Amino acid sequence: MLGPSGSGKTTTLKMIAGFEQPDAGKVELGGQDVSGLAPYARSVNTVFQDYALFPHMTVAANIEYGLSIAKVPKGERARRRDEALRMVRLGGHGERKPNELSGGQRQRVALARAIVNRPRVLLLDEPLGALDLKLREQMQVELKQIQSEVGITFIYVTHDQDEALTMSDRIAVFNEGRIEQLSSPRDLYEHPANEFVAGFVGVSNAIERDGKKLTIRPEKIRMIGQGDPTDGLVTERGKVTESAYVGMVTRVRVELDAGGAVQVALQNTESEAEPGGSVGQEVVVGWRPEHAVSIQPGERKESVQLEEENVS
Amino acid sequence: MAAEATAPAPRKSAGRRLADFFQGRPRLTVAALLAAPIGWLVIGYLGSLGVMLAASFWHLNELSGEVVQGFSLDNFDTIFSDEVYRTITFRTIGVAAAVTVTDAILAFPIAFYMAKLAKPRMQSMLVVAVLLPLWSSYLVKVGAWRLMLSEDGAINWALEPFGLHGPGYGTVAVWLVMSYIWLPYMIIPIYAGLERIPDSLLSASEDLGARPGRTFRKVIMPLTFPAIVAGSIFTFSLTLGDYITPANVGDKQFIGNVVYSNFVANLPLAAAITVIPIVVMVIYLLVSRRFGAFEHV
Repeated sequence: MLGPSGSGKTTTLKMIAGFEQPDAGKVELGGQDVSGLAPYARSVNTVFQDYALFPHMTVAANIEYGLSIAKVPKGERARRRDEALRMVRLGGHGERKPNELSGGQRQRVALARAIVNRPRVLLLDEPLGALDLKLREQMQVELKQIQSEVGITFIYVTHDQDEALTMSDRIAVFNEGRIEQLSSPRDLYEHPANEFVAGFVGVSNAIERDGKKLTIRPEKIRMIGQGDPTDGLVTERGKVTESAYVGMVTRVRVELDAGGAVQVALQNTESEAEPGGSVGQEVVVGWRPEHAVSIQPGERKESVQLEEENVS
Repeated sequence: MAAEATAPAPRKSAGRRLADFFQGRPRLTVAALLAAPIGWLVIGYLGSLGVMLAASFWHLNELSGEVVQGFSLDNFDTIFSDEVYRTITFRTIGVAAAVTVTDAILAFPIAFYMAKLAKPRMQSMLVVAVLLPLWSSYLVKVGAWRLMLSEDGAINWALEPFGLHGPGYGTVAVWLVMSYIWLPYMIIPIYAGLERIPDSLLSASEDLGARPGRTFRKVIMPLTFPAIVAGSIFTFSLTLGDYITPANVGDKQFIGNVVYSNFVANLPLAAAITVIPIVVMVIYLLVSRRFGAFEHV
């Protein structure tokens, strides 16, 4: 579930967990209506944003908390606890207290504490939000591995589009309490349903041609030099107004003569030369017609059919 | 100062020079900050405590009735051999314990509502409401209770239609009044303790399958235990030392009354008797520590 803050992602998550009651509609878990059930009666576990580890219990006791409530026998409890610790690569840390662990380790304990109960669905509320970038990227990969290992449905809340694209099988883009689009990461990026989705996920180059709104991703636009072939390309003239070197690419803003402006991302394949030309230079840009995706202006008016969202 | 004000511009002000002096001298800064309060505590509190302890070893000249400043265990001998003191001590400790338990039971739901359920506006209103009784004089409150508990007072009047009769003056009345008067001292620490527990911990417990009762036992209680002990130290020690409430609504003596009544007649004995609540409190604190009340603070 991806969206700006205040778009309703966390509220939706809380409704699935049972901490909030829907005013209308229902929450189904594997085809069963669980709307009226308290959080403790749902086979759903949550990894909280602040981890919410019990500070007075050891890591092992934290992980076993749910199992002991479910009256899992002692031997099996220990086995499952150790398995969960191993899965999050914290074997041998069982006797520590949460405040003796680093942020990344606490995050893993929170994850272990949730998956050890083998819920039908695991909810993650911006679980990596408090970690620094490097650790976050590492945890994204680990979370995906763990997910495929345990085979539990993960519902993941984030406002970070890269994280959403990296980790998801399906993404629901939220805006002002509604789902704007529900599709695979590739579909979401390549075929955004409307201007909001195009703008929220990736950089959107929205231009209007012949009364139709189009969006073209920056990396799909090329600079066309003298004598370059233009077969099968839509070409337009324009003028460079900005050029920013950002390491992997150079971002060039081109104001088009036909109206509007586009951002072009150019690979820095040469280490010295500035691709795309300098500010003020007249250039020709081109793109394949299928990369100019027609979008609905503004936001989606009707609600997305939520039937598909039923967790199974 | 006047000379400083008219001094040439580059000259630093006294405050600035003082700040520069302390810059980079953290130990000296701390020492300067704490000198006055620590000095006050050492002289005012420990000093008087020391004098009192010393006085407990003095005794009265049997003929003249004057205080003799010499070492003797006469006072302690009296306290240990005379059964009256033992009875009074146990009565006082018993009421202090009853008051503490009563206050803990009354305070917890109020504190929980204040910390976890009330909206911010309600929360601050409740804090004021809890503290409000502390603004009025202790004597006025005891006096009010004395009137309410009297034979033709409000309590008997309210209970009469049900065929009931109030407790009247006595140890039960002392327990009631003390529980009322010290309640804020229990609510505030528990409220502060509950405030420090993130709501997400309660959600996490529920999420992991715990019903409210288990969340209370396994998460809320262990985490608020230090706060309850903090509150109990107030209610317990305040009850141990009080003499005004027993004198007004009680019919038997408490430690405080004995100290008060010996204050003029036999100061060394009064000092020796005050050692009793001190010893009781030390034991209380040691037991609390044994149960981990001072961890996670």
